[in-house]
Amino acid sequence: MQTKRMTYPGRFLPYALLAPQVIVTLIFFIWPAGQALYQSLLREDAFGLKTTFVGLENFARLFRDGSYLNSLSVTAVFAIGTTLLSMTVALLMASTVNRMIRSRTTYTTLLVWPYAIAPALAGVLWWFIFNPSIGIVPYMLEMVGYRWNHRNSGSDAMLLVIFAAAWKQISYNFLFFLAGLQSIPQSLIEAASIDGASPTKRFWTIIFPLLTPTTFFLLVVNVVYAMFDTFAIIHATTAGGPAQATNILVYKVYADGFVGLNLGSSAAQSVILMVIVVALTMIQFRFIERRVNY
Amino acid sequence: MVENRPWANLIAHIVLISGVALVAFPVYVAIIASTHSLSGLLQGTLPLLPGGHGIENYTRMWQSGVSNAGAPPAAQMLWNSFIMAMAITVGKLSISLLSAFAIVYFRFRFRMFFFWIIFVTLMLPVEVRIIPTFQVAADLKMLNSFAGLSIPLIASATATFLFRQFFMTIPEEMLEAARVDGAGPLKFFKDILMPLSVTNIAALFVIMFIYGWNQYLWPLIITTDPDYYTIVMGIQRMTSEENPQWQLVMAAVVMAALPPVLVILFMQRLFVKGLTETEK
Repeated sequence: MQTKRMTYPGRFLPYALLAPQVIVTLIFFIWPAGQALYQSLLREDAFGLKTTFVGLENFARLFRDGSYLNSLSVTAVFAIGTTLLSMTVALLMASTVNRMIRSRTTYTTLLVWPYAIAPALAGVLWWFIFNPSIGIVPYMLEMVGYRWNHRNSGSDAMLLVIFAAAWKQISYNFLFFLAGLQSIPQSLIEAASIDGASPTKRFWTIIFPLLTPTTFFLLVVNVVYAMFDTFAIIHATTAGGPAQATNILVYKVYADGFVGLNLGSSAAQSVILMVIVVALTMIQFRFIERRVNY
Repeated sequence: MVENRPWANLIAHIVLISGVALVAFPVYVAIIASTHSLSGLLQGTLPLLPGGHGIENYTRMWQSGVSNAGAPPAAQMLWNSFIMAMAITVGKLSISLLSAFAIVYFRFRFRMFFFWIIFVTLMLPVEVRIIPTFQVAADLKMLNSFAGLSIPLIASATATFLFRQFFMTIPEEMLEAARVDGAGPLKFFKDILMPLSVTNIAALFVIMFIYGWNQYLWPLIITTDPDYYTIVMGIQRMTSEENPQWQLVMAAVVMAALPPVLVILFMQRLFVKGLTETEK
């Protein structure tokens, strides 16, 4: 880690300055994370009277458990669906806004505000629109002969949560794509168009390759978002149902631990999630450092 | 744009307007629904034009709430949300400023150790370690209190890293000059570092206020007393009933979404700065 050449000497002051952050972190972060690690190695009997040390048995059980494997694939579908949908729409919007000159700020403002809406509220809004008895979208779908019911149909429920999650994320992706587009030198694009490249060709051969770093970064951020920040969307709409069809990993940790009271298994799931998020954060951080250093 | 093609501009506007319409549609539906009576909403399909019960619905939600669902008046839930969001924001900003200052401007034993303790918390969300965190808060008797709502969520390092990055870009000469003039560390922090960080602080303020306001799972498990319900989680309690009072739920949704949306609209420049610098 780089440091300043010149620093203040201090024996007690730096510790005093760090104390609040470190204390809060130790109590509400390091300790619970350690507890999760510890509990993941224990098994409690049904009455909570006896705990035995079972080593990695909880993890082994998880990977033999059909509902956990189901949750893994549900999470994959959900994360990929949400990421693709929100990034495609955002890229389309950003590249269109980028060609505007006078109306750019207005459109940006109009597209940015969903960032401020809580995931739980996004869930409630889409749930309402798709409500099988009074919602407006099922009514329209009925006219083209489709009976929408996310209470019975797993695929309908999955679509519902993907829409809600992607909707919330469009504004974030949009801002980053727009920033990425604006950092592409205009001269490159002008040169290409003098050479006779059509707008589509310019996009795929010049603009999109230059956007790769932004796209990669957003890919990681979106996967993190879909996997970890969408708890509220699932909880407020489908609660993991119907028949586990939308039971993503982060929801299953909560459901197994708080509702099912299976602490050992829930803790093992927490540990797996922590490993995933740390790995993803490392990837992100490497990217961040690279960006900062030039 | 390189060449000027009127038809291409027209298509671009059409694409953008439909995009904006699509993005705004759910909120439009919520606003419309909040102006109808419940029987008006249940008549088959949702109306797309405003009805005449708006004032009535909002007043009722604001003053008395949906009492049979145990949801307190919206005014109180909004106030709780505000206190929680402010506590989280101010808390995070102050501990992060202090620790970033210590890490950048001092050399001391275990500096790297502390740095790594803070570093590991970067981005690991409360959702994945929810049960042990809840147990800690319960052991500390923090259930149903504003301290319990906010302090556990202060433990995250993003702001510390941002301030660290920013402090690194401040020229060394600043510190040299301050030391030559005999300014001690606290004076340097207060009179030089803080004024230079004002924009960064404001930008982060916007992001963190929204983060705090929109919290859901943590308030849901840590508060069982309606006196401490926040608006975002209170809405979930209202929808999980047998027959939700949709018009009141939607009025509450609009009121819950309004403060953070207004913050973004008025502070857009700072918000974008905070966001892109958080992630860059």
